[in-house]
Amino acid sequence: MKRTATASESFRELGLLVFIVIICVAVQLRNPAFLTLSNIGDLLTNTAILSILSVGMMMVILTRGIDLSVGATIALAGMVSALTVNSFRAISPLVSVLEGMAVGTVAGVLIGILIARFNVLPIIATLGFMNVLRGLTYVVSKGAWVSAYQMSDGFKGIATGGVAGISTPIIIAVVINLAFFYFINHMKTGRQIYAVGSNPEAADISGIPRRRIILLVYTIQGALAGLGGVIWVAKFASAQSDTAMGFELSVIAATVLGGVSIAGGSGKVSGLILGTILFGILNNALPLINVSPFWQQAIQGVVILAAVLVNVMVKRNSQRFALRRRAI
Amino acid sequence: MAERSIRVDKGWSWRSFFLQWEWLLVLIFIVVNIVNSTLSPYYLTADTFLSTPQTFLDQAFLVLPMTMVIILGMIDISVASTAALSAVIMAVSFHAGLPMPLAALLCLAVATVCGLINGILITRFKELSAVIVTLATMIIYRGIAYVILTDQASGDFPSWYAALGWGSVGGVPIILVAFAACAVIFGLLLHSTSFGRRVFAIGNNLTASRYSGVKTDAVIVTVFVLTGLMAGFTSLFLTSRMGSTRPNVAQGYELSVIAMVVLGGVSTAGGKGRIGGPLLAIFIIGFLNYGLGLVNIQAQSLLIIVGLLLILSVLVLNVRFRNRHQRSVPAAAKMVAGEGQPNEDRNP
Repeated sequence: MKRTATASESFRELGLLVFIVIICVAVQLRNPAFLTLSNIGDLLTNTAILSILSVGMMMVILTRGIDLSVGATIALAGMVSALTVNSFRAISPLVSVLEGMAVGTVAGVLIGILIARFNVLPIIATLGFMNVLRGLTYVVSKGAWVSAYQMSDGFKGIATGGVAGISTPIIIAVVINLAFFYFINHMKTGRQIYAVGSNPEAADISGIPRRRIILLVYTIQGALAGLGGVIWVAKFASAQSDTAMGFELSVIAATVLGGVSIAGGSGKVSGLILGTILFGILNNALPLINVSPFWQQAIQGVVILAAVLVNVMVKRNSQRFALRRRAI
Repeated sequence: MAERSIRVDKGWSWRSFFLQWEWLLVLIFIVVNIVNSTLSPYYLTADTFLSTPQTFLDQAFLVLPMTMVIILGMIDISVASTAALSAVIMAVSFHAGLPMPLAALLCLAVATVCGLINGILITRFKELSAVIVTLATMIIYRGIAYVILTDQASGDFPSWYAALGWGSVGGVPIILVAFAACAVIFGLLLHSTSFGRRVFAIGNNLTASRYSGVKTDAVIVTVFVLTGLMAGFTSLFLTSRMGSTRPNVAQGYELSVIAMVVLGGVSTAGGKGRIGGPLLAIFIIGFLNYGLGLVNIQAQSLLIIVGLLLILSVLVLNVRFRNRHQRSVPAAAKMVAGEGQPNEDRNP
């Protein structure tokens, strides 16, 4: 049973990889500007924020939850840090990053308390907070934008700077993914996240602090969304009330595409990274081969639906296979 | 009333009668109106109560089926996208030469098909929760609307069509009459038919309902089809009121609709609720919105208020029912993971 499960999972990752290669080759044939160093750099930089957030979303989905407030958290954290930079130009970029993360963490803790302590459904809690946070963004900005000239160069450097030709967002994303890989696979708390998601009752009985794990997961997701918000605003050099509207859907799509099961308890970091990259490639490649931007949303939706349906099919097949082997 | 047959009947008493959630809602409604009337001397007239609903009743059509969906223990966040898609298709087909009445029928048909697709996906793939299925179709439906109309607006409907949203019969707005009719139908369907009893049964225990001979799949699909149909009505009235449509129309309706249902005392864990609560909630939020307009508070602040109302009412309901419904596994996990255990469902 165990072997078939892992076999089907690695089959899935192989499938993702093959799909990525096919798309890359097809796009490259249509537009030779695709596989150039500068475009790959752009693609990865654009995917970095998605990757940072999909790490948090994976943890949330592992515990059978879902977080729809991500886009709004990004907007609020980005807006607050941009407004602060506008008022105090000398502020260090590091402080801005910490400030954004603090805003996100507070939001995450509140959501986590609702879900963990008061048994509010994740979808309801995060849907409510999505509105509250988005509304707060309007209120603190009074509907105005913070534009490039109002931000210090140091602040914009958070996204535009880099080391040895690799941009800072990519470095941050890689570090977070590595840390996450170690955390979720080799640390006690990380394994407990899987336990809580695959069987909450068993987790309770075996003494795992289920509620604390759930609180932790949403807190981390909030902090990552805050970080993503600062990078987002620095990258586009503009903070608006409708920043990252609907971005939560992309994050969920990339996570689900990466094979994280929406039923909780299963999913791998390697799959997540592949899913995120595939999603990033889709976003980057469609404009390059002259697909109208109005198609993007529909394609995104179909990709999510196809990913979850394929997930179900693969699972059913492997279960049937396991049953048949047991019968013999 | 309806739950009494499920719950152990403790007998009728004044105390339990007035401790019902609906009375709290009535109280809130009165407070909202008192506050509103202090804001404007012209507020307390029959005209206010007849004409104000014209501005918020379009999404109320969605509250009726959403109540059923949430009683089923599910959720449908694709309703706003369904309304947008059907409105866009109606506008485009009208401009392609289809007569307006037929275009309106097409609008209802498209919305119904959207609901049917949701229902089929949810019942065919029981491992998936309604959340993720409707999340995907939410993006797809709105995506198709963008593909069809890009970022254009489409309007210029015949003048009689505007009467749907703005006209009135004998002083009563058409939309109010239509909504009242729908509310009565849904109330009867939910509370005095066997279909309604089955909806409650499924919300309480899907597996037990199936084993007791309820055709659960058929009931679930029917509820989602009704949801689609009502999204069609929403889009008809919304388009009529706005005079034109765009792909991003009705954005965020799913949230306010769910907020109204939950504020109405319908349990998100499923199996519990009455149609009266959500009906009251519609008018509370509607008149609250109107009052905020009177004091010039931005529409964006309403986002915060609706969000907070949603969270607070779930909190209060959860705390209130905690003693009776303490569960080792939170309903949250149950709902997001989907009811069906894959093994159990798939083995013949």
